[in-house]
Amino acid sequence: MKPIFDVAIIGAGVTGAAIARRLSSFKLSVALFERRTDVSFGVSKANSGIIHAGFHHNPSTLKARLEVQGNSLFDRLKAELGFPFRRVGILVVAFSPEELKTVEALYEIGSANRVPQLEIVGRERILSLEPKLNGDAVGGLWAPTGGIVEPYRLVFALVENAQANGVSLFTDWSLAAARRADDRWLLVSETGETHEARRVVNAAGLYADEVSGFFDAEEFHIIPRKGEEFLLDKNAAGFPSHVIFPVPARNSKGVLVIPTVEGTMMVGPTAVEIEEKDDTGTTTENLDRVFSLAARMVPGISKRDIITSFAGLRPTLPGDDFFIDLSRKAPGLVQVAGIQSPGLTAAPAIAEYVKELLQKDGLELTEKPDFVPTVGHSSKVVEMNFAELDELARRERAFAHIVCRCESVSEAEVVEAIHKGHITLDGIKFYTRAGMGRCQGGFCTYRLLSIIARETGMPVDQITKRGKGSTLVVGRIGDAGRDMEDGSNTLGRAGFAPSGRKRSGSGD
Amino acid sequence: MLEKTYDAVVIGGGAAGMAAALAVREGGHSVAIVDREAYFGGILMQCIHNGFGIHEFGEDLTGPEFAERFISRVLGAGIDIYLDTTVMDITGDEASHVVTACGKDYGVLRLECRAVVLAMGCRERNRGNVAIAGTRPAGVFTAGLAQRLMNLEGYLPGRRVVVIGSGDIGLIMARRLTLVGAQVLAVVEILPYPSGLARNISQCLKDFSIPLYLSHVVSKITGKDRVDGVEVTPLVEGNPDYTKSFRLSCDTVLLSVGLIPENELSRKAGVPLNDDTGGPRIDANLMSASPGIFACGNVLHVHDLVDYAAEEARRCGEAVGRFLSGVSAKQFPLTAGANVRSVVPNFYAPDRENVLYIRSFIVKNDAILSLQIGGSEIKKRKLAHIQPSEMIRLRLQPADFPALRDGRDNLMEVAIR
Amino acid sequence: MTEFVCIACPIGCMLTVELKGEGEVSVTGNRCPKGAVYGRDEMISPTRVVTAVVRTDSQAFPYIPVRTDKPLPRALITDLIGDLTRLLVRLPAKRGSVLIEDYRGSGVNVMLTRTLPPEGVSRE
Repeated sequence: MKPIFDVAIIGAGVTGAAIARRLSSFKLSVALFERRTDVSFGVSKANSGIIHAGFHHNPSTLKARLEVQGNSLFDRLKAELGFPFRRVGILVVAFSPEELKTVEALYEIGSANRVPQLEIVGRERILSLEPKLNGDAVGGLWAPTGGIVEPYRLVFALVENAQANGVSLFTDWSLAAARRADDRWLLVSETGETHEARRVVNAAGLYADEVSGFFDAEEFHIIPRKGEEFLLDKNAAGFPSHVIFPVPARNSKGVLVIPTVEGTMMVGPTAVEIEEKDDTGTTTENLDRVFSLAARMVPGISKRDIITSFAGLRPTLPGDDFFIDLSRKAPGLVQVAGIQSPGLTAAPAIAEYVKELLQKDGLELTEKPDFVPTVGHSSKVVEMNFAELDELARRERAFAHIVCRCESVSEAEVVEAIHKGHITLDGIKFYTRAGMGRCQGGFCTYRLLSIIARETGMPVDQITKRGKGSTLVVGRIGDAGRDMEDGSNTLGRAGFAPSGRKRSGSGD
Repeated sequence: MLEKTYDAVVIGGGAAGMAAALAVREGGHSVAIVDREAYFGGILMQCIHNGFGIHEFGEDLTGPEFAERFISRVLGAGIDIYLDTTVMDITGDEASHVVTACGKDYGVLRLECRAVVLAMGCRERNRGNVAIAGTRPAGVFTAGLAQRLMNLEGYLPGRRVVVIGSGDIGLIMARRLTLVGAQVLAVVEILPYPSGLARNISQCLKDFSIPLYLSHVVSKITGKDRVDGVEVTPLVEGNPDYTKSFRLSCDTVLLSVGLIPENELSRKAGVPLNDDTGGPRIDANLMSASPGIFACGNVLHVHDLVDYAAEEARRCGEAVGRFLSGVSAKQFPLTAGANVRSVVPNFYAPDRENVLYIRSFIVKNDAILSLQIGGSEIKKRKLAHIQPSEMIRLRLQPADFPALRDGRDNLMEVAIR
Repeated sequence: MTEFVCIACPIGCMLTVELKGEGEVSVTGNRCPKGAVYGRDEMISPTRVVTAVVRTDSQAFPYIPVRTDKPLPRALITDLIGDLTRLLVRLPAKRGSVLIEDYRGSGVNVMLTRTLPPEGVSRE
């Protein structure tokens, strides 16, 4: 008989993952459901990776409170889970006296939100903090608590840790219906699979409105707001050492220049409201616009250094605040909707808040004495010196076999990712960085395909980029409708003897 | 940690690396080749088509046949080989270099040497480099990756294919895909003329009636999980005219949009690069500005023909031999003048034979290539047709140079008119 | 009068070929004798060198490249590609070995263009 879960979480993005991990520290049975093939493959995958300081949102909003609180939780989270995170600080750059006024307003908001160490800086100070800035800058805001993180690595670490503490993960599991039966919910997937849970957390990102509908709960409409981003090569010139913000526009924080934890640079995002929840296409006009905006702040950056571009969708709600609450209509349902920027920053605080809501709803929380808050350290070639690598390779040869030359990823790291369930090319790419560098998989794709095939037993023509429908190759030469190996074909049976014996190849 | 010492270490076991190593060895010096693949030959091994070797061997060979002629010689020459081994780092100073590599068979490998030859080849420009709008589905391949998957692993990348760019690999792949039953709907080229060789336009496209759209761009890739089509837009006076865009339904997009010398290692080692070629700045001995570090083949600049890459590498290997023996010759700087996009090398040695590889900026019939030193023309050559995608090769003998005085810069300018 | 781009070498000369009756052909525009031969053949009976890969019995090197030893009549190319997909080459195999002799009476042989497993590599 299937277990009845105490809590089912719909959506394994950063929000769902943080909630799952938080709940895994209690004596509860928890399930995490993800409609895509791997965790983090929705909204979180295309996140800019900024840990915001907390000066953008009005103190009266839930966003502001959870943002500042979330930010403060990241040091401990990093210590426990080991994902890449650095407090590099955020600079808002003003180019006119009018913009400086907005900076002052941001400072007021930040102070009200109790953002630590926030500082208004003049021209000289901002240029000494960030020499790569356009010299026309007149001043700005300095928030040293801001930081950068690798968003998918954070999600992977949260989920891995949650799983290690007993959370059940279901991927390729898309909710299609929810039925109330006694004190619990029967959850039905698109393929007809069912699970039961006493309480449900709706962390479904772009699809939170549809999920709410399955429970006959609150009616709301998630509007996708597209953001296009451009990733620049490690060798690009003009790298800033802090995250650079413009003075914000009305519905977004503007086009940013972001040094990533991995040493690349990201430029973006745009902010355009769109209709379709799977429209992640990029456009030529936005490329030009983003670069002209970014180059105004950091003149050294150039389109020539782009290694890839992508678009993500922010799940926005009218009013632009998070909607996190117990449903007033559906029993045992917690709504966690409209989690867009600064959702990544807020995630650990959202998890805390959701835990409190569940408790308020009557969920009994007893701490697990055997909860392990840390994940095991994974060795990475890129983080080792040669003596360490040699030492490790003595024990495990596969560490000395470099699969991805651009990012120095070894076969051992790829195999680890596969064994942890990341069996798509994108899953491996986001877990190990293989294929994420400047050649964008040109040299490692064939190696990855053969390692996935070897480790999983999957035929290569079934391996996908990111799940169902995204297969890489469509077949194999000479495989159409026959089996040569068993000699069922006259031409094939005799084959060719290496001794130089000749045979006629006439088929008729 | 395995530690070895050689006179020279060659990084890369393709045509250039092998030719360079052989020349170093023939000069009586000890040499090792390191390559990340499990076999020699590099990209040649996936180039199963013919057309190689006309200059080098006077024969029409396929890529593997061309490579194996060098491989047999390398194996018999007393050269140490490290296959399946990736170089991570080049460090050291003028007197001695350390090439650090790692491989399954050794763990970390530390090779100390007096000379390093960079022969890592090039990589393909990809979708990000040319910023094609649209979605990011599976089914977008660089032509070389598709070639590798098909010719070494036998995998079919797709059934209905659009090729972006008319570089030679793209043309060759259009034919290859057609022969195994895929339908190639179009080759789309942004320039008004094809980038690949005329004979490849003829035997790869015309033979199979594959349409070539010149002055067109793929303005968008569509498809959610796998590619389902592309939008093609003609250029009118250099700008896309979206009113004339049309759609092609396909499941695969191949990119053949140029090659970039793969100099990440060189850059890490502090070797200064040329902006116009993407390869190291080199002197008349093919030595970079970092003493003892040499470069040849496609890592130096992208060649049209492997024959010329091998020829250049052989000359590089000979120069390494002279360097190891302490033989030097005077040399003077060389620069690209009017209508010249790049010239390799960046110095010439008037007392020796020099081979210049030149790329033009312009397309022209009946052009004149002119070499000037201090304002006076020392040599000119008529060229029936030039275009940026076709490299011009010029051999200069000591007799071509006037008496040059020491103490002057004797800058030679290469121009096209 | 017909114009062809010569494919005999990478130079790609533009050939002008004229059929003068009685099998006599004039070729101009070629820079070498190979061009004259190509121009005549292309006019009378076009041929191409065919290259492909053939399955092997090896996991590590699952395909081996092959070519025709001389240009094959174009009409036979599709058949040859089809027939090659039905062959299996057992390794080890040596470059230059003939896989198919006198393909369908054309006088053209198909031979291996690579030695597999590669020389100098110990493991399969």
